[in-house]
Amino acid sequence: MIQITKRFIEFMLFLFLLSFISFILIKLVPGDPIRRMLQVDEVSVTKEQIEALRDELKLHEPLYIQYWYWLKRFFAFDLGHSYITKQPVLSELLSRFPATMMLTCASLIVMILISIPLGTLSALYKNKWVDHISRLFALVGSSIPSFWLGLLFIELFAVRLGILPSMGKGTVKHIILPSLTLGIAMSAVYVRLLRSSLLESLNEDYVKAARARGISERRIVLFHVFRRSLIPVVTNFGMSIGSLISGTVVIEVLFSYPGIGKMVVDAMIRRDYPVIQGYVLFITIFIVLINIIVDIGYRYLNPEIRLKGVERR
Amino acid sequence: MKIIKQTYQMNSQSLLFILVFAYFLAIVIAPLFTPHDPLQINMNERLLKPSEEHLFGTDHLGRDLFSRILTGGQVTVGTGLLVLIIVLLVGVPLGMVSGFIGGRFDRYFMRIIDSFMAFPDFIIAIVLSGILGPSMLNLIFAIVVAKWGSYARLVRSTVLSEKEKDYVLMAVVNGLSAFQIIRKHLLPHVMGNVLVLATLDFGKIILMIASLSYIGLGAQPPTPEWGAMLNESTPYVQSSPHLMIIPGIAIMCTVLISNLVGDVLRDRFDVKG
Repeated sequence: MIQITKRFIEFMLFLFLLSFISFILIKLVPGDPIRRMLQVDEVSVTKEQIEALRDELKLHEPLYIQYWYWLKRFFAFDLGHSYITKQPVLSELLSRFPATMMLTCASLIVMILISIPLGTLSALYKNKWVDHISRLFALVGSSIPSFWLGLLFIELFAVRLGILPSMGKGTVKHIILPSLTLGIAMSAVYVRLLRSSLLESLNEDYVKAARARGISERRIVLFHVFRRSLIPVVTNFGMSIGSLISGTVVIEVLFSYPGIGKMVVDAMIRRDYPVIQGYVLFITIFIVLINIIVDIGYRYLNPEIRLKGVERR
Repeated sequence: MKIIKQTYQMNSQSLLFILVFAYFLAIVIAPLFTPHDPLQINMNERLLKPSEEHLFGTDHLGRDLFSRILTGGQVTVGTGLLVLIIVLLVGVPLGMVSGFIGGRFDRYFMRIIDSFMAFPDFIIAIVLSGILGPSMLNLIFAIVVAKWGSYARLVRSTVLSEKEKDYVLMAVVNGLSAFQIIRKHLLPHVMGNVLVLATLDFGKIILMIASLSYIGLGAQPPTPEWGAMLNESTPYVQSSPHLMIIPGIAIMCTVLISNLVGDVLRDRFDVKG
């Protein structure tokens, strides 16, 4: 419990730091932000308009006062308005986030469906053909650009066979190709990780003891070894939810899938800074929260740590 | 028997390295031999299928794809190498100094790196290059920022365990300066691990450059970069799939080779992760 409280305090400190960094980042951007804000539609801007907006955004004040105003808005969940659509950034992010979350979860399912059977089989049949196939899969899977894999899928399933849509969102069919692309690209690492982790556990004394007691091999693998082998996998998992989220950016652009990744790339190309800033804050907080959850899951899986507490690195 | 096996292993490894060297040499000098100008637009020869004149066909502006792939190799792989070199020049010395000085400085420094590494490097690269604006220079900067931390951390942990050993103490007693100790005694210990990490990372860096260029944040048209070429080919997937397939194979081969070499090196130096 103390650990969790400590994490929470760290998290709050982190939020302050993050708010400051993202505030500064936008200040560092070249060019006059006011001009950028007004000049979206290629209409010429009058001096009065610029001055009015500058007053409104308090850009005359010194930097620390600007930061104070910005912070006040930040903790009131006001991330400003998009330069282009003029909508509040937070509500746009929230309205698009479920789509990204859905894609992430579907990819996760694909990843688990591939890596757990393949990893387990290649550990149990070490150096047999299953193992060789999984090795090849891992090598190719980690070398293939995910967006290219997606393009190949589009070519095959959407253009040649015409059974799946190549872009957009709505039905279950729309999510198959993106999640398959991302899931396959991600599972390459996990197949190998699970395999080596399983092999390591299979050599431990408690497995030999269990065998000596005459417990069936299947029972040993399912109930004893598997749970222990999941520990490194879960630790890596926290990291990889972040990678999944970053992977969705490219995949969303590729499949024109209306999630937050597509939204931020569009914003980047049109220099829509409030949206970029909002995305940075949103995604950072999300990843940090995920890390905390993984930390707790890790404790649950490993009783050794649950009882002794994690030593700090 | 054992000797024969060992020599065979040695040879297959050196063969691998020779092949890799040849591949990268080819990429570097290939643009000298392009049959056509990779930027020459010819609207009469749009979207041609592969033929003798145009080995890989032509793209939507009638540019020769073969020449663009060759030149693109130099852009993509060259940028990747440049990124890697800068990352090494930043990460290795910083990790070295942090590990060597130790104490409070080291603790704060590691804190910074840890918070960096809590985030996937791809997100850092996307966000930075997005904020700075689409260009190749910003892309290089963004990837360097995303990548340097892991090198500093690796070097620091090696130095930390190494500097407690007697031979370093002897060097201190003998009056060698910190710089001399770092350069003569610690650097050789670090280089093996760094080499492995760098080779394994090279593929990832190439993938990052290609992905970012693909979503429009890296190389801008008409630069023949492999990822950017894939981006340009997307509207023509239906009519001319070769425009999409060939650059993808080029990226995949390069990454595959760097991963293979990385695996071999990792086994040889016995590095974990």
